[in-house]
Amino acid sequence: MSASHVTIRVERVTHRYDALPVLEGIDLVAPAGQVLVLVGPSGCGKSTLLGIIAGLIEPSSGQVTMEGPIAADCLNPLTPVFQEFALLPWRSVAGNVALPLEGRLPAADRRARVAEVLALTGLSEFATAWPRQLSGGMRQRVGIARALAVRPACLLMDEPLSALDAQTRTLLLDEFAALIGRAGTTTIYVTHNLNEAVRLGHQVAVFSRRPGRVRQVLQIEQPIAERHPDDPALIALERQLWEMIRDDAAAAARERVVG
Amino acid sequence: MRRRRRGSGWLAEPLPARPVPFRARGFAPTNRPLAGAATLIGLVLLWQGLAMAGLIDTRFLPPPLAIGRALAALVRSGELWRNLAASLQRLALGWSVGTAAGIVVGFAVGLSTLARSPGLSVVSALFPIPKIALVPLFIIWFGIGEGSKLATLGFGVFFPTVINTAAGIDALPRGLIRMGQAFGLSRPAILLKIVLPGVMPAILSGFRVTSSIAIILLVAAEMIGAEQGIGAFVLQAGNLYDTENLLAGIVVLSALGLTVAWVLGRLERWLLAWR
Repeated sequence: MSASHVTIRVERVTHRYDALPVLEGIDLVAPAGQVLVLVGPSGCGKSTLLGIIAGLIEPSSGQVTMEGPIAADCLNPLTPVFQEFALLPWRSVAGNVALPLEGRLPAADRRARVAEVLALTGLSEFATAWPRQLSGGMRQRVGIARALAVRPACLLMDEPLSALDAQTRTLLLDEFAALIGRAGTTTIYVTHNLNEAVRLGHQVAVFSRRPGRVRQVLQIEQPIAERHPDDPALIALERQLWEMIRDDAAAAARERVVG
Repeated sequence: MRRRRRGSGWLAEPLPARPVPFRARGFAPTNRPLAGAATLIGLVLLWQGLAMAGLIDTRFLPPPLAIGRALAALVRSGELWRNLAASLQRLALGWSVGTAAGIVVGFAVGLSTLARSPGLSVVSALFPIPKIALVPLFIIWFGIGEGSKLATLGFGVFFPTVINTAAGIDALPRGLIRMGQAFGLSRPAILLKIVLPGVMPAILSGFRVTSSIAIILLVAAEMIGAEQGIGAFVLQAGNLYDTENLLAGIVVLSALGLTVAWVLGRLERWLLAWR
């Protein structure tokens, strides 16, 4: 879908909210066309880092750079998909998808592009529906359609499946895997769900508890399209990831209860 | 529950099967427009009946039919339209100016750090003042003519509009604004396509309050210094002990309030169809 081919580099990023250190010395690379998944215990700063990469949070120190060609039809190189969808309730499905195209594309091109991404995400029949009329899974499809409509150079996905029920999550995860594999767009994907991490990631960066540091970056060589939920290698990898973050996750949970 | 000992422990006595009672009755009133209309008609009929039976002194409280006749006479003579036109003109102008200024200041208070604290402190200090108390001051400032009446209306409408607009902006999920920024929308586009529609429910619900305030202040201002207008007409009828025309004027004010509420309801249904 995208002719953009960008690499995202996170260099020595540190962030604190007032006196609370959230991220410390983060160095990461999301290579062009690959999916970098960020996992770690609650409060480790994964979503904050995604906000920094998106340009929505100013880091206390360090920088994020983007290198590589960006296609002429890309309207928003760094494009987010939000956990809570962030749809405008007063706009129809098509209206939400068209929002970032308005003022940037002629009306006919805009309509064509909206129709294209709605078809891609299985939403063509719902173009005129209001967001309140859709299930959580369908709303997130709208969020994805909106993101794809700008022909992103890099997708920034902040726990896009976590607000959905388990069945919808499984279905959408399969679709994500197919979509991301096909599109070849650089993607940074934040999740708590280790199954999502091993299904979607070319690399999985494991964060320590707050202040978040990168403990390890795992490489997964297997092509995304060939990964299956019952693949023993992936199950083993998922277990390995859990072993790495279990103690931190338990400590973070205790911290939340006490704090 | 009865218990009996069995072996080493206590077990509940088995009871026969019985239906589970429904316990969620009440606390869910529904609208019945016909019942509302029937109540009003019933009250009017009762009023008319009591008057006809001589149980009400009609010099002080004329019956509905007499008020209706007075109203018809006002329509035929054109007096109603002259007064109504004068009132509507003041209402539209005063309310529009106060509302427009209130929305602009409300946006500034809701979105700008520079305007927020100064704006809120001024609004908090001036909002509680009963605006009717300011009418004499406005007459001194703007004269007995239209200026003081419009100032009273505009001032009365301005503060609730500022508060509603700013509160609507505060309640707007910031995630929507961040979404707009993350998709590279310009600041005017975010204001126009995200903030304005997002705050519209609060603004429209404020319209219901401010339109009522405007009608109250309109009548008060017209009673102090106006030759035409429903408020002036009602005062004049009162001075002449003409209770039929006085109550006809009040019926017109009630109808005006109902009409404004109906128009706002239609506007809400049209602008907030997404809800």
